[in-house]
Amino acid sequence: MIRLEPRTEPSRAMIALTPILAVLATMIAGGFLFSALGKNPIEAIRMIFWDPVLGEHAFYYRGQILVKAAPLIMIALGLSFGFRAGIWNIGAEGQFIMGGVIGAAAGLALYPSESIFVFPIMLIAGTLGGLLWALIPAYLKIKFNANEILVSLMLVYVAFNFLAGMVTGPLRDPDGFNFPESRSFQQWDAASNPELIAGSGIHWGVLVTMGLVIVAYILLTRHIFGFHIRLAGQSPRAAKFGGVNPNKMVAICLGLSGALAGMAGLYEVTGPAGKLTTTFPLGYGFTAIIVAFLGRLHPIGILLAGLLLAVTYVGGDVIQANLSLPKASIQVFQGMLLFFLLAVDVLVHFRIRFKRGL
Amino acid sequence: MKLLKTLMAGAALVVGLGGMAHAQDKTKVGFVYVGPVGDFGWSYEHDQGRKAVEEAFGDKVETTFVESVPEGADSERVMTQMALSGAKLIFTTSFGYMDPTINVAKKFPDVKFEHATGYKQADNVSTYSARFYEGRSVIGHIAGHMTETDTIGYIASFPIPEVIRGINASYLAAKAVNPDVKMKIVWVYTWFDPGKEADAATALIEQGADIIMQHTDSPAAMTIAEEKGILAFGQASDMKQFGPNARLSSIIDNWAPYYIARTQAVMDGTWESGNTWDGIKEGMVEIGEFSDKIPADVQASATALKDGIVAGTTHSFTGPINKQDGTPWLAEGETADDGTLATMNFYVEGIEGEIPQ
Repeated sequence: MIRLEPRTEPSRAMIALTPILAVLATMIAGGFLFSALGKNPIEAIRMIFWDPVLGEHAFYYRGQILVKAAPLIMIALGLSFGFRAGIWNIGAEGQFIMGGVIGAAAGLALYPSESIFVFPIMLIAGTLGGLLWALIPAYLKIKFNANEILVSLMLVYVAFNFLAGMVTGPLRDPDGFNFPESRSFQQWDAASNPELIAGSGIHWGVLVTMGLVIVAYILLTRHIFGFHIRLAGQSPRAAKFGGVNPNKMVAICLGLSGALAGMAGLYEVTGPAGKLTTTFPLGYGFTAIIVAFLGRLHPIGILLAGLLLAVTYVGGDVIQANLSLPKASIQVFQGMLLFFLLAVDVLVHFRIRFKRGL
Repeated sequence: MKLLKTLMAGAALVVGLGGMAHAQDKTKVGFVYVGPVGDFGWSYEHDQGRKAVEEAFGDKVETTFVESVPEGADSERVMTQMALSGAKLIFTTSFGYMDPTINVAKKFPDVKFEHATGYKQADNVSTYSARFYEGRSVIGHIAGHMTETDTIGYIASFPIPEVIRGINASYLAAKAVNPDVKMKIVWVYTWFDPGKEADAATALIEQGADIIMQHTDSPAAMTIAEEKGILAFGQASDMKQFGPNARLSSIIDNWAPYYIARTQAVMDGTWESGNTWDGIKEGMVEIGEFSDKIPADVQASATALKDGIVAGTTHSFTGPINKQDGTPWLAEGETADDGTLATMNFYVEGIEGEIPQ
């Protein structure tokens, strides 16, 4: 019988190396996967990781990596604070959707104004939309001790149906032949979040994300809030004695992650997605959970993890088109990343003991 | 000396042209699919069209495809990538690719784009779709005859004109042969999600439907119909293997002739932007073989209906037809024009429930 025994002092170097080991293991296992599908594994791995960054068409892909990475990083930063404090917001996808819907609704109410205030108003509304959506599980947790994992997750489906109701109803483009889409924000200057430098992929959301990485870093390492967060995660009792109000913590952590997810949703709707549709949420809210853990819940780590995951998305499309690989194989490949991360994590923190009998 | 020079120049020219011809030997054609090619429905049939292009042109073409591409920002990247890799013609095969197709087409004026089921065109963007509603009339006719509970279940994807047109066409044809027929409609808000499609089928059966029609892409509903011992129709693809007993007939999308013709046009340099909307007559919509369960007289009348559509003597929407609220739409003998069909956003009289607004 196999038993896991906690290591008294996990190696710090190994903890830091975990993500890199996980990526290497993914490359190796992925190589086997691709060769089992009859493709050259080295070529496939090269196309995923190398081509988007330094290959022939990298001038285009590099921008696309930023487009994919920005929402992942923005959401993951918000989640990381709660995760550190043991507050599990699994519903960032729902908050992302609500941010997009509420922000878009605020904008559409002003259509066709060309005022420079349209976009800021949308941004505030979107952020508030995500914030309030996340405060629902926070409230239920504080008031009734309802499990925030379940509540936040289930609210994702509520949010999705709300989105579907909005784009087929009040927010539907009146000139769009009844197709379930809002007006295009890309074609409405006052409300658009355009590419700031043509071909670079950089939009306002990318810039704000970069700024947030720095803010989060300072908050976590230099601010009392970061200290409380870390304390609450490591030793809830000590935190309580240290004057940390656990209810306040729940509200702040969920609210913060909801606000950032909502903001990411608004940038997405007005930028890369261009309009509200039922297909604008691409699962960023769920993938951001992987990004947060892959980045060790640390702002710099999250930045790198977000970029890495974005590379696998862009690279995944490259090998799909060039090697005619099925989409599922790319998804398996991306899933391996989380699997190996968790596996390596377990091995770093625990020792495996083989014992006879029970 | 002069002669030699001329000869050499001529030879160089020939070699040069030969080289160019070689470089242009292969026309690259890209396909973007909304579902997996193994959905055995919508995307599967588009992929059959792609394979037909490969078969028709052999070494002269190279096709690539990307499956399960979400409608929206990701699709723009996939199309751009195809254009960057040298595709000269790109088929984008779902409604939600409309704006991304237009955006990418602006950046690559030399690449031709073909967008399925949309309404926005450009100098290098054509649109194409099939008159699926003609097929709906034929299967609606069969369903009207075959239902014993007088209830037809309909799994609808999104409340867009194409889907509403299909519901109306099926209902009108069913009602024409069975005045008591009712239609139960479930909206699933997805093109491809076997889980949701199966749930919808189960819900419809619980509401008394004994025949299922669908406007979604997977054979999940067919599988449920087979399990529960009721009837269904193949959608987009024949789907016989998923419901050997349940399947009555099917509406099959046949994109191959169009894809081959458009690829040929790009090779010849004769490609022009346009809007194609072909039906049973042109072969873009096919009616699958009838099951033995359909009585001979119904088979005959369904065939007659189909022949009428091909001959142009029958139209799926022929008056008198009222809208759901009772206001007149088409007068006696009047047929619907394409403009109205393309923007249809109302149920015809007799259908219960409301279009989600």
